[in-house]
Amino acid sequence: MAASAARWNHVWVGTETGILKGVNLQRKRAENFTAAGQPRREEAVSALCWGAGGETQILVGCADRVVRHFSTEDGTFQGQRHCPGGEGAFRGLAQADGTIITCVDSGILRVWRDNDKEASSDPLLELKVGPGVCRMRQDPARPHIVATGGKENALKVWDLQGSEEPVFRAKNVRNDWLDLRVPIWDQDIQFLPGSQKLITCTGYHQVRVYDPASPQRRPVLETTYGEYPLTAMTLTPGGNSVIVGNTHGQLAEIDFRQGRLLGCLKGLAGSVRGLQCHPSKPLLASCGLDRVLRIHRIRNPRGLEHKDEPQEPEEPNKVPPEDTETDELWASLEAAAKRKRPDLDQTQGAVQTKQRKKKRPRSTSP
Amino acid sequence: MARPGEKSGGSGKKSLKGKAATEKPQEAAITGDGATENEVQPPKSAAFPPGFSISEIKNKQRRHLMFTRWKQQQRKEKLAAKKKLKKEREALGDKAPPKPIPKTIDNQRVYDETIVDPNDEEVAYDEATDEFASYFNRQTSPKILITTSDRPHGRTVRLCEQLSTVIPDSHVYYRRGLALKKIIPQCISRDFTDLIVINEDRKTPNGLILSHLPNGPTAHFKMSSVRLRKEIKRRGKDPTEHVPEIILNNFTTRLGHSIGRMFASLFPHDPQFIGRQVATFHNQRDYIFFRFHRYIFKSEKKVGIQELGPRFTLKLRSLQKGTFDSKYGEYEWVHKPREMDTSRRKFHL
Repeated sequence: MAASAARWNHVWVGTETGILKGVNLQRKRAENFTAAGQPRREEAVSALCWGAGGETQILVGCADRVVRHFSTEDGTFQGQRHCPGGEGAFRGLAQADGTIITCVDSGILRVWRDNDKEASSDPLLELKVGPGVCRMRQDPARPHIVATGGKENALKVWDLQGSEEPVFRAKNVRNDWLDLRVPIWDQDIQFLPGSQKLITCTGYHQVRVYDPASPQRRPVLETTYGEYPLTAMTLTPGGNSVIVGNTHGQLAEIDFRQGRLLGCLKGLAGSVRGLQCHPSKPLLASCGLDRVLRIHRIRNPRGLEHKDEPQEPEEPNKVPPEDTETDELWASLEAAAKRKRPDLDQTQGAVQTKQRKKKRPRSTSP
Repeated sequence: MARPGEKSGGSGKKSLKGKAATEKPQEAAITGDGATENEVQPPKSAAFPPGFSISEIKNKQRRHLMFTRWKQQQRKEKLAAKKKLKKEREALGDKAPPKPIPKTIDNQRVYDETIVDPNDEEVAYDEATDEFASYFNRQTSPKILITTSDRPHGRTVRLCEQLSTVIPDSHVYYRRGLALKKIIPQCISRDFTDLIVINEDRKTPNGLILSHLPNGPTAHFKMSSVRLRKEIKRRGKDPTEHVPEIILNNFTTRLGHSIGRMFASLFPHDPQFIGRQVATFHNQRDYIFFRFHRYIFKSEKKVGIQELGPRFTLKLRSLQKGTFDSKYGEYEWVHKPREMDTSRRKFHL
């Protein structure tokens, strides 16, 4: 039961109490998976990424500096790896060719060999990235390239197979109109597919595009959104825009070719902690401190698709929904959105479904 | 249309006098309406043509007259219907169907998925390990700092003083224009557990910031309907130093739980029942009503209460994780009027 259910989960969410939740959107239920069998706050999930071998394994970075391997096929935690060094929680987790790349808050970036023995505790490679790291992201096209950025820690792109110096080090923008230095706080970084460009969103509500291929080290494009720090960002399947979320729960789609705001998404009440778009369909999964996972439809029409309440603060990011066997699933999900909703398996009763049907016209109106 | 006709027949003098002028031109149009008049009436007092409504009468006094007459008629009929229903109920006796419950907004509340199930283990674990756990495990006891926004006026100052008599182990300090972010580290070093800031606007208190220290959540409330002790009618004598009991009503959702726990952690654990004082935080429709009473049991079932201390109403505006940082802090819940207040039957606390 757990095995098949685990495979059919569309969205994986990590929580602050250490539970990994797999959400099945078709059946609208969430399943909890814990390493120790019960939630522990020391195991608060701070980073998630897909493991080796397609989308069958998830690497879960916990607050106690242990990276746990979770198999989606079996629905169990299979192994773990203790990754000491530096202070603070994991800010980035990635895997490349049988190695795990971790980066912590104090700026120690380490590459570990990914075998199940805990004995080998020496990292293969260690880099000091600078203190106050907020995010480390791996380039999906070139697994040996990672980018890091943080508070007063400018964006740097590192080549793990190359030298100890960063390949690209971003420069701060010019002083503002009062001739004051503009502070730096890179909260999230994304690599753009198909080119070398990177996009960052900052805690000072700016979205910037950098191009390492150009001689200009300053950002190529800069826009601002809102008045609150932007905490999460994801690329849309169209390829021209990003969706950012801030600490007030406001989500916005920003076109980074023109620097224009395309539209906003509503529904979240708390700070956005994780955003992930489906690779091909215009669906966005968002989670935040208000303890609700929401699936939004980005266009035609823009609105809320589904809401799920796992009842715990959902802190870290989520992993993108699976691509395997999901075409018919997604199609049926969209079809379900148009017709009446099937019965929910969760604790809500029949009253809930009626209320949901009533809610539909309102929530999907643009 | 038949109705004004009947009334005109039944009401007598008034109607004939008033309607004499208007009825004549309309008589010509009546043909079918005459059949509905059962009483003996002069053929002059006739019904209006069908499709006529009182609002079409141009003369204001006449219109008003017709309307009041119609209203009286409606009231009479309603009373008659009620009496009939009551008679039927009495006639049926025990077999009468149960009385229908009137619909209220609280009855019709939209089902909220975040209402906490008492058996939910995840929530239980979450609450057992959150920032208030040390209070509920009796490891820390509360010590509150009450202050205001800068340069407070009389009402606010008096409210702070009265609040400090209500909340045991609380200290009032003058704000002196200090920044909250500078006050908070000092409070933490002096072992305060909570900070209350009463915001004032135009000489009345209108906001409350409740921040749990050292790194707990910060709640920002709108305060309204503040009544100081002297403005409360039939109140009792001033509260004593005994630790009051706490009543938290209706905090059902997950957010409500967090706020309820925040309020509970302001007061010391063990109430002194000798003092017979109770502080109530009653949540209804997202408004939290604070009252402070002294009770006395007159017999097993009868209680008498006297309202003592200040009374005010709070509405939650935002709950922020971490201590006060409105610009860069992360919010757990923000009230967004245009998104959240669209339904009159949906509440969040």
